[in-house]
Amino acid sequence: MEFFQNLNWMMLLKCFIVGGLICIIGQLLIDKTKLTPARILVIFVTTGAILGGLGWYEKLVEFAGAGATVPLTGFGNTLAKGAIEDVTKFGLVGAFTGGIKAAAGGIAAAVFFGYIASLISKPKMKKQ
Amino acid sequence: MNPLDTKKDYQEYVNKKSPNSPTLKNCFKAFIVGGFICSIGQVIMEYCKYRGLDKTLSSTIVSIILILISAFLTGLNLFNKIGKFAGAGSLVPITGFANSIVSPAMEYKSEGYVMGVGAKMFTVAGPVLVFGISASILVGIIYLIFNTQSITLV
Amino acid sequence: MEKIGSQTIRLDNPVTILETASIVGPKEAQGPIAKYFDQCLDDEFWGEKTWEKAESKIIKETVNMAITKSKIPAQNIDFCFAGDLLNQCISSSFGLRELNIPFFGIFGACSTFVEGLCLGSICVDGNAATNVICAASSHFCSAEKQFRFPLELGNQRPPTAQWTVTGAGCAVLTKNGQGPFITHITPGKIVDMGIKDSNNMGAAMAPAALDTLLTHFKDTGRSPSYYDAIITGDLGHVGKEILNDLSLSKGYNIKSNYNDCGVLIFDKNKQDVHSGGSGCGCCASVFSGFLFNELKQKKYKRILLIATGALTNATSAQQGESIPGIAHAVSIEI
Repeated sequence: MEFFQNLNWMMLLKCFIVGGLICIIGQLLIDKTKLTPARILVIFVTTGAILGGLGWYEKLVEFAGAGATVPLTGFGNTLAKGAIEDVTKFGLVGAFTGGIKAAAGGIAAAVFFGYIASLISKPKMKKQ
Repeated sequence: MNPLDTKKDYQEYVNKKSPNSPTLKNCFKAFIVGGFICSIGQVIMEYCKYRGLDKTLSSTIVSIILILISAFLTGLNLFNKIGKFAGAGSLVPITGFANSIVSPAMEYKSEGYVMGVGAKMFTVAGPVLVFGISASILVGIIYLIFNTQSITLV
Repeated sequence: MEKIGSQTIRLDNPVTILETASIVGPKEAQGPIAKYFDQCLDDEFWGEKTWEKAESKIIKETVNMAITKSKIPAQNIDFCFAGDLLNQCISSSFGLRELNIPFFGIFGACSTFVEGLCLGSICVDGNAATNVICAASSHFCSAEKQFRFPLELGNQRPPTAQWTVTGAGCAVLTKNGQGPFITHITPGKIVDMGIKDSNNMGAAMAPAALDTLLTHFKDTGRSPSYYDAIITGDLGHVGKEILNDLSLSKGYNIKSNYNDCGVLIFDKNKQDVHSGGSGCGCCASVFSGFLFNELKQKKYKRILLIATGALTNATSAQQGESIPGIAHAVSIEI
């Protein structure tokens, strides 16, 4: 209970707005360009990695928290940030290890849960 | 103008004739759902910090929990309904990435666990990993080139 | 039979459509013409393990039903013409492998059913056969899987997208019958106007439908008003509008008696199918169910059925190729 009393509502609002705005960019891409979902995801992750490499994305993360890390641009940022971090520690080899290391949790979870879901569930027709 | 004179004329005519997506309505829905998903992430993140976890670990936990929720909803055949309503609102957050891995895994189960689930799992999300990881490696190398003095090459 | 004009065949001894059968899926069962179908399924798997098996079962049961209804013993049926949308037409060849009737697998995308009627009636009129069956099927889920995305992917469909019909239709053609008769056949040319958007098949196929329509009128000397109904296969709402426009620009007003199977099969306002139905099963089931009934009841005395097909696949779409369209027409009269 104490946690909820101390919740930073201002931060939550900023997170909502920034996260929502990033999604609006995605929606405009869907409606106006006829790009497939895979292409849109690729655009977001690559953009995030580039902005992360430039150090700009981190500022958005500080401002909006999960509003910046949860969209796929945040995934790209995590990859780029991890690569830079390992490069400073291990040199060239860090460029290869850092990205996946930083994003390992997400990737492994998606693969594992995907496998589990395929074991226990079946696709169903859209009923709308 | 006769719309069939050239392919270009026909394309223009078709563009005029085809109904457009209700972009304003779609953007509004994407904003609400996308913002809501991010806010769930924010609450989880704050809770992790409240329990004394560091920032990196917290955001990994956020990703894993959102991916779990998305996989669960996909398995319950509910995510496509959310996606149809929200569009980019559920696609762009990490939930969309999870859904794009889980949905082909379920779909191609009929082709077996190795060549079906295992191989086809990445038909939609594979490119995200290819381009995301490649971009991060390039970022690392470029960073290395610009900061050679301060970093010892192994 | 004789070729008239540039590409129409006039049958000397018009071939009778003796009987038809149709089976459709649960979504089609909620549509406005549901009562005309022989059987409506309440589950798109129909007790099978995969979508592909389900589609095979649908075409198999539809063909069996048509044969039973026609009261012609199966051994007296000379040939079978059938096809579908799945790679290498596996729904029809797997579904009909136990049929024991010489089999022609055909592919004309969504125009397959009428392509079958064309070839079948040529066969019968040319004395190569006494009885033939023509069938086609499609399944929403197997088509989505092959051409678009996994079912559980949370994507949005644009307003021009069409909904693949789950269903099959089958017609039994015979030599000495009382009608309805297939009197003219106008096979279509491949027409490509450069449309690349696979979510707008109606626009890609409409020019092919127009070409076949105009050629049919020119070759036979008929006008749109000769027919009680001109029915295209699966242009959907967008394609129907386009064909209306295009034919008017060529001097033929078809507005009053023109409709489309993809428009007929679903209720646009209630069923959220965007531009309407599509797929081999669309034209096949709407003809075998609804239109054949109207002919039998003599509500329609002359119809022109123009099935349209988009000759594309997933690879060509990814390689950026445009979508060639085709349309085959048969004139059916009582």
